[in-house]
Amino acid sequence: MRSDLVVLGVAFGYLALLFLIAAWGDRRAEQGRSLIGSPNVYALSIAVYCTAWTFYGSVGRAAQFGPSFLLIYLGPTLAMLMAPFLIRKMVRIAGAQRITSIADFISARYGKSSSLGALVALIALIGITPYIALQLKAITVSHAVLVNYPQAADLRLADEPFWLDKSFWVALVLAVFIILFGTRHLDASERHEGMVAAIAFESLVKLVAFLSVGVFTVFVLFQGPGDLFARVAATPELAERLGLDAVPGGATGWVGMLVLAFLAFLTLPRQFQVLVVENVDERHLARASWLFPLYLLAINLFVIPIAMAGLLLMGDADPDSFVLTLPLSADLQGLPLLVFIGGLSAATSMVIVETIALSTMVSNQLIMPLLLRTRRLHRSASGELAGWLLGIRRVAIVLILLMGYLYHALVGDAYSLVTIGLVSFAAACQFAPAMLVGMYWRGAHRRGAALGLIAGTLVWAWTLLIPGFAQSGWLDAGFLEQGPFGIAWLRPYALFGLEGWDIYTHSLLWSLTANLGLLVGVSLFSRQSPLEQTQAALFAEAMHPHLLQTSLWHGQTTRGELRALLDRYLGTGATARVFADATSREEEDAAAPASPNQIARAEQALSGALGNASARVLINSVVRGEALDLESILSILDTTSETLEINRRLEQKSSELAQASEELRAANERLRELDRLKDEFVAMVSHELRTPLTSIRAFAEILRDSGELPEEKRLHFLDVVVKESQRLSRLIEEILDLARLESGRLTLNPQRLDLVALARHSVDAVHHMQEDRGVALEVAIELEEAPVIGDPDRLEQVIINLLDNAGKFADEARPRVRLSLARHKTHYRLAVEDNGPGIDAQERERVFEKFHQIQRPEEAPDKRRGRPRGSGLGLPISRGIVAHLGGRLWVEEAPHLGGACLIMELPEAPPATGGEPASAVT
Amino acid sequence: MLSAPRRRERLLALIVLAALLFTPPLVLVPDRAAAISWLPLYLFAAWGMVIGLAAWLMEHPAAPTHRPPPEE
Repeated sequence: MRSDLVVLGVAFGYLALLFLIAAWGDRRAEQGRSLIGSPNVYALSIAVYCTAWTFYGSVGRAAQFGPSFLLIYLGPTLAMLMAPFLIRKMVRIAGAQRITSIADFISARYGKSSSLGALVALIALIGITPYIALQLKAITVSHAVLVNYPQAADLRLADEPFWLDKSFWVALVLAVFIILFGTRHLDASERHEGMVAAIAFESLVKLVAFLSVGVFTVFVLFQGPGDLFARVAATPELAERLGLDAVPGGATGWVGMLVLAFLAFLTLPRQFQVLVVENVDERHLARASWLFPLYLLAINLFVIPIAMAGLLLMGDADPDSFVLTLPLSADLQGLPLLVFIGGLSAATSMVIVETIALSTMVSNQLIMPLLLRTRRLHRSASGELAGWLLGIRRVAIVLILLMGYLYHALVGDAYSLVTIGLVSFAAACQFAPAMLVGMYWRGAHRRGAALGLIAGTLVWAWTLLIPGFAQSGWLDAGFLEQGPFGIAWLRPYALFGLEGWDIYTHSLLWSLTANLGLLVGVSLFSRQSPLEQTQAALFAEAMHPHLLQTSLWHGQTTRGELRALLDRYLGTGATARVFADATSREEEDAAAPASPNQIARAEQALSGALGNASARVLINSVVRGEALDLESILSILDTTSETLEINRRLEQKSSELAQASEELRAANERLRELDRLKDEFVAMVSHELRTPLTSIRAFAEILRDSGELPEEKRLHFLDVVVKESQRLSRLIEEILDLARLESGRLTLNPQRLDLVALARHSVDAVHHMQEDRGVALEVAIELEEAPVIGDPDRLEQVIINLLDNAGKFADEARPRVRLSLARHKTHYRLAVEDNGPGIDAQERERVFEKFHQIQRPEEAPDKRRGRPRGSGLGLPISRGIVAHLGGRLWVEEAPHLGGACLIMELPEAPPATGGEPASAVT
Repeated sequence: MLSAPRRRERLLALIVLAALLFTPPLVLVPDRAAAISWLPLYLFAAWGMVIGLAAWLMEHPAAPTHRPPPEE
């Protein structure tokens, strides 16, 4: 089963499957039914982070250094949590600027500098090639373990001719794959649909493979995790490896590794490729920000159990191979093969994406700028250069893989898997200051970025790369201990005497300090070119909601020239897309000036294919005049924020206006209502005044015209005239009171007074009159004293009015009226009730309306036993007065006599301070 | 994404929480708690919790707001 032939058949069969999936993905994309337009696929494609290093090396690291391997995954977890802030901004910038790689990103930020782009590409090439080698090594080693088991997988790589090394052939197949699916489009900023689909599939394969070994180890080799860890606890030297003591560098090493993984996750070329360049939709980040960490958690779940089981069962075998040797030791056939495929998928997915990212950088940032300097290129025929460009990229792919293979064949033996990986991580971290600081600080300068990158990389090389060579035996390792030329403070692992640190944290600290220090320091003393200022603003303000990717071209060129340029570099298809909006009439006019939009689109199209820096050079070669207006971009940004503020204020104003007009409308409504009430009031007043006036006039005319009236009759008539006059003047008095009340001009003279005395006084005043009418007046005052603030005359008027009213509406046969005064909480209540028919509940508020008369259909009220008819103003006036004094007046069911009960409530006066109360209530 | 202003603040709080949970001195606590280190178990538990919170935060529908929050 494990014969070489079967293993090779399965491995290359798996690679063939990848071709099929990628081809299918590309086919679907051409039909417009993208396979990768899902956040889940996006999250899976990010899992290219988990390479063969994760697959085999994590177990090795866990076996040696305990839980520190988890930091490599906790760092990305933190980075992905920040995705909605940080990576979203990167995606948006990359979309707007047609970014093709991290080198392009940094070059574009610092004024489309081609030298900076070349520098980044070079560092990436040096730093990442070992990492590719690591993947190839993993394939070779895992194959050897699988085929040679139970013999030790003793690699005789040096002796073996390369055509017997399987990883050479795998690299070759991968080269074909990458050329087929990675260089389909000239535009490298376009996504590689088929490739991403294959990567996502590979992520699933490696997860399933690793989980299978994990489940097998924990539940088949042992009786569940309890059993496994019980045995670990019983072995002290194993138990020790679970704690922080096993972590190199302790707590400092812990934090250093976390920062290293966090930064590397954002800056590794392949991560930048899948996270940013291949991102289809910004919104996918929300799902990926938790799904990808979940993937990491799942794939790491069984690392410690496998490491511990390996240490328990395999003894001193190579811990990097436990994943394979554990199922092999159980004499299984299928599982080791699945594991091998899992490792193969982890390795190949990394190699594919990394190679695409690196080859794009090499062609766009290293080779293109050089080619553009030669004259010959400018004279080539239409579309020819497009072919050239793809050719360069394909050659770069083959060369990068070859370099990786050579590194693996020559150096790879010296390092364990994890060591190479971390060295690459630390190299990629050097991009972090230039990239992250540049995204948020407009002032970061090209020269600072370049010097920082160079210094950081040199420190990295001195503290990690060169000591690595020395440990491989390529160099005399003496300088590690004594320092170069005996200078102790230059020792690579203890720079400036900083000893006792884990080598990666040590290197990261010094390299990032140098990098960041130079970036910030030099930037503070440098002046940016206009182009760099513009680019810096576009990067820093990328999330500005109103940032328009407006054309910034002020230069002049003709359509013909622009078209010819695009034709040469991109071919006719891309040229047609750029000029898609031109009408057919304009098409023909090659001498017409190109619009600023067309120039901008042409530059974007060139950027996507050649990188920002080269595109800028090319556009400058045909556009005359100042190509870009810095002032306008900066003013766009400033005015948009200003406009936003003005908009916000306008919005506020308009809502205030709407509210004011609503209030006005309500006030108008109220005024109309008041106008109507006023008309009614005037009509009523006239009516009320006319009634007594009519009778006065009638009797007066009788007296004037008929001279011989009997004395008795004459006296009676005069009596009527006098009474009606009194009624008239009372009415007028009341109307005046009401008018004063309503206009607020009623003068009250509030003072401290005793309501008990006032009530008794009022009763005395009406007693005589009530007796005349036959009304039985009861007084029930339980209090000695009831101090309130009020106007004595007006209050007496109110009480008399209440008593008078009650008398009028009391029972006809045995009229009774009862006045009571009692305390109610902090108020005094004076109630006047009668034994009349009472007032219906719905009528109770209406008695306080002006001129309201309670209707008694059975008889006219003024004919009843000569009682004077009410004007209908007494209660409204009373209520107005009481309200002015801070009290209330309302109607209730009479508790004792069964008729109506009017209650006046006044607040208790504060304790007397002597003298008159000062507050004047008007 | 992050259409509700609260979501932004919650996410920031979650990032701070995760950073605290994954670094010393908090990781020292489970490491020193017993004879055999509980650090791996603690890390997986904290990690799982952070992922769970992030999933809840990202996937539950945000209340619609009239004005989009200022971005970045």
